[in-house]
Amino acid sequence: MDWQAARVSLTLAALTALILLPLGVVLARWLAWTPWRGKPLAEALLMLPLLLPPTVVGFYLLLALGADSALGAWFSQHLGVRLVFSFEGLLLASVLINLPFMVQPIQRAFAALPDNLREAAWVSGLTSWQTFWKIELPLAWPGVLAGAALTVAHTLGEFGVVLMVGGSIAGETRTLSVAIYDRVQAFDLAGAHQMALALVLLSLLALALVFASDRSKSAKPMVPGR
Amino acid sequence: MAPTVLPPSHRSPKRRHVLGMGLGMLASSGLSRGAQAAKPVRVAAASDLKFVLTHLLDRFQQETGIPVQASFGSSGNFVRQIRQGLPVDLFMSADQAWVSQLIQAGLGRRLAGGAIDEGAIYGRGRIAIFLPRNSTLPLDARLQGLKDNWGQVSKFAIANPEHAPYGRAAREALMRLGLWELVAAKLVLGENIAQATQFVTTGAAQAGITALSLALAPELASQGRHLLLDEQLHAPLIQRMILLRGAQADAARLYDYLLQPAARALMRRYGLDSPA
Repeated sequence: MDWQAARVSLTLAALTALILLPLGVVLARWLAWTPWRGKPLAEALLMLPLLLPPTVVGFYLLLALGADSALGAWFSQHLGVRLVFSFEGLLLASVLINLPFMVQPIQRAFAALPDNLREAAWVSGLTSWQTFWKIELPLAWPGVLAGAALTVAHTLGEFGVVLMVGGSIAGETRTLSVAIYDRVQAFDLAGAHQMALALVLLSLLALALVFASDRSKSAKPMVPGR
Repeated sequence: MAPTVLPPSHRSPKRRHVLGMGLGMLASSGLSRGAQAAKPVRVAAASDLKFVLTHLLDRFQQETGIPVQASFGSSGNFVRQIRQGLPVDLFMSADQAWVSQLIQAGLGRRLAGGAIDEGAIYGRGRIAIFLPRNSTLPLDARLQGLKDNWGQVSKFAIANPEHAPYGRAAREALMRLGLWELVAAKLVLGENIAQATQFVTTGAAQAGITALSLALAPELASQGRHLLLDEQLHAPLIQRMILLRGAQADAARLYDYLLQPAARALMRRYGLDSPA
């Protein structure tokens, strides 16, 4: 059982979800209610990581951020940060890939709120911020939870991108999924079995906890008053 | 009718739960993932060294106390990754052509006198035909028995010739033996020689070409039958290792250690011939 790899996987999943939570909520809220005519394009771009195989994302990240690239070279020279084969690079890739997993459920949750609810809040004297914090967010909360759960589960299972831009560096980019692959190649099937099972249980636990905490039913949007 | 909006005080338990869990995950994962007492020496080694290098590194760490982290994979794949910035101190290639590529890309070291460090040859690789443990196919040096019973083989495994030296050698040997057309129709490619060998030990492939250093390893010896193939069937697999530019001082100690007679003897026992 590679505890170091388990730590890397957990850290990656937690940080990805934490970074994407505020980002996802803001983006989802904007997409839910913007009248902008370019919205379909924005949504399509957002959905892209869902459809593309992870190797495509990994490939373009390597191209754009590798040591040979302009961006990668600048980052390593001026900031001493390596954007591929490092945990930071992996985190960046993970955030990009998991964007649709976070945004989609939250966007649907926001879009399900009827306009007159917010209008009633404004009429009652709440500011936009108060409306968001006290009315919109609590009602959209199940969507936020679903987005977080999906992001964590998906990151724990991420393999293609990690393999391409991670480099399987122990303690930094060797996640559980890569460690399992590693063990299989090392003819250590028992070791691989241990970790695969642990990953299944971990994911189940994460999902069960999140859905269990959403005990109260989501409040139904207010029926248009008669 | 009174509107049924949630009163403001009614929300937080769930939000606190999720935030708490997120922080809990972070805490349990321990943000000090990178912090270690001494920075380990990083080795990228060809997959045929999987067993022999693991033993050597155990001995090295016991004798010197210097921690070493080794990754195994195909030589070509490592070269690509190193060129893209993979942080590695020592690269052990199954074919010196890949090392030349690295030197040409300017990733080698400069020695004290100004000369370019060309690394050192640590062995010569040999290929072997490999069958699953329970296989009844006859083994001979020209693979005639395999040819005669070709119907029993549905998959034949080699490493990917494009970036794995043992795959390149396997293809050359199969061509020299006149078997390439037959094999090509039933080929499965492993990403590296270890994966290709694995296809055979698990029985997914009924036959394959492996590295002798893997076939001779005690860990694998019981999992398959092998027969050494003639070295003249392929261009030699001259195995060269090189310290990379920016390698830490401890890596040089490992490098010297691997060239000592004791280490050389172990490599020979594992089928890595002495360099001619």
